[in-house]
Amino acid sequence: MPAPDDSPAGTSPDPPSERPDRTVLDARDISRALTRISHELLERNKGATDLVLLGLHTRGVPLARRIAEKITAVEGAPVAVGELDVTMYRDDLRSQPTRRAHKTALPSGGIDEKIVVLVDDVLFSGRTIRAALDALADLGRPSAVRLAVLVDRGHRELPIRADHVGKNLPSALAERVSVRLSEVDGVDEVSIS
Amino acid sequence: MKHLLSIDDLATDEIHQIFETAADMHDVQRREVKKLPALRGRTVVNMFFEDSTRTRSSFEIAGKWLSADVINVSAKGSSTSKGESLRDTVLTVCAMGVDGLVIRHPASGAALQVSEWVDAAVVNAGDGMHEHPTQALLDAYTLQRRLGSLEGRHVAIIGDLTHSRVFRSNIQCLTRLGARVTVVAPPTLMPSGVGAWSAAAGFETSYDIDEVLPEADAVMMLRVQRERMSGAFFPSAREYTVGYGLTRNRLALLKPDVPICHPGPMNRGLEIAADAADAAQSVVLEQVSSGLAIRMAVLYHLLAGETRGETA
Repeated sequence: MPAPDDSPAGTSPDPPSERPDRTVLDARDISRALTRISHELLERNKGATDLVLLGLHTRGVPLARRIAEKITAVEGAPVAVGELDVTMYRDDLRSQPTRRAHKTALPSGGIDEKIVVLVDDVLFSGRTIRAALDALADLGRPSAVRLAVLVDRGHRELPIRADHVGKNLPSALAERVSVRLSEVDGVDEVSIS
Repeated sequence: MKHLLSIDDLATDEIHQIFETAADMHDVQRREVKKLPALRGRTVVNMFFEDSTRTRSSFEIAGKWLSADVINVSAKGSSTSKGESLRDTVLTVCAMGVDGLVIRHPASGAALQVSEWVDAAVVNAGDGMHEHPTQALLDAYTLQRRLGSLEGRHVAIIGDLTHSRVFRSNIQCLTRLGARVTVVAPPTLMPSGVGAWSAAAGFETSYDIDEVLPEADAVMMLRVQRERMSGAFFPSAREYTVGYGLTRNRLALLKPDVPICHPGPMNRGLEIAADAADAAQSVVLEQVSSGLAIRMAVLYHLLAGETRGETA
């Protein structure tokens, strides 16, 4: 039956053991990075019209909501937010115990002819984003798809790159990058161990 | 979980997990592209040795929406009609490299027997008068969506209990989810030994439908299964309706908005009047769409994970 929801990017908190982790971003750094991403999105899109933010489960969802709040604060108008679950589209379903699926919730306006911004916590192999692009294709036809991530840790296995990055974090393959967000984990922090 | 043969195979939290997955699958039904790639490359065979509309077609659609390859084998038109044994038919089909086997058979225990012969994941889609686990899951899921939770809610199951596999699976599923269950049937259609069983399983029995209906939070009508009846269990259809049918008059006994379920196919005018079947609180068609979501969830949980075989 379903395994705990760990993403292959190694983003879930480790079990409590002695870990010499190093905090790379604290709560204020995360907030600043998201503010910058929000402004970049607005600048590139020339406003918030037709923008749809889709957070990828698990931690992309609260990130998308935070970016939406920041955009709303700047523009004064609400921006469409949704959540996207890519479990059914993963290429590693077979090699793992059955994963639990999450909810996909699109904003009422749908994604057709919209600028969809995928939001995730860590960009690693790129496989989650590949799955997300396939999932999007089944849900509609956006006029463009962009990718915003809090951390890009490198080691891509597919030709995928992010349009907006909170922090580039060169890492060794064996290292573990953990993103903790207050909505899920009770604290805002990015650490590497 | 390797097979789904009985509700008993499922831990309570597995039932909740299936419901959660089913809720996601439910959304897929409203999409323009009703397709998920989760079971790409897997093959599911529906083997139906008994007639079926909704169960077979919903397993077929469920498999197809998850991108599995689905084929149907039915007793009529297969080598079974030439005298091939169940074992030979099953082994022949499985020799083609099948990952999932959905089986309905008139003999109780057929699915369990088949699961001992093959490597594929076996789903019991009804074995004789024994069990029909996906029906029980979809009934409980439908009621849970309507009632919020089944904990402490009172469900009345009314009708031909003796011949009903739906009832046997439902008793386990509903009591496991915390519902209080009262079963109602004429004495001739009450399973023998129900006294000891109800005491052990924690459900109540009654012979008086009019006493039970006003207290129920949900009503589940069961089909009178004439094809399984070898003798006379009641004098006439009319008498059954008067004694145990959900008639227009009895509809008025129910609390407002109490959901009415029927696993189908309905004998309109026998166990359920058209007024009840088509009432606003009838969830019969909702059961069908829930059934699809539940079957997608079950196939997903059985077939999507690690390659099976070694643990068999």
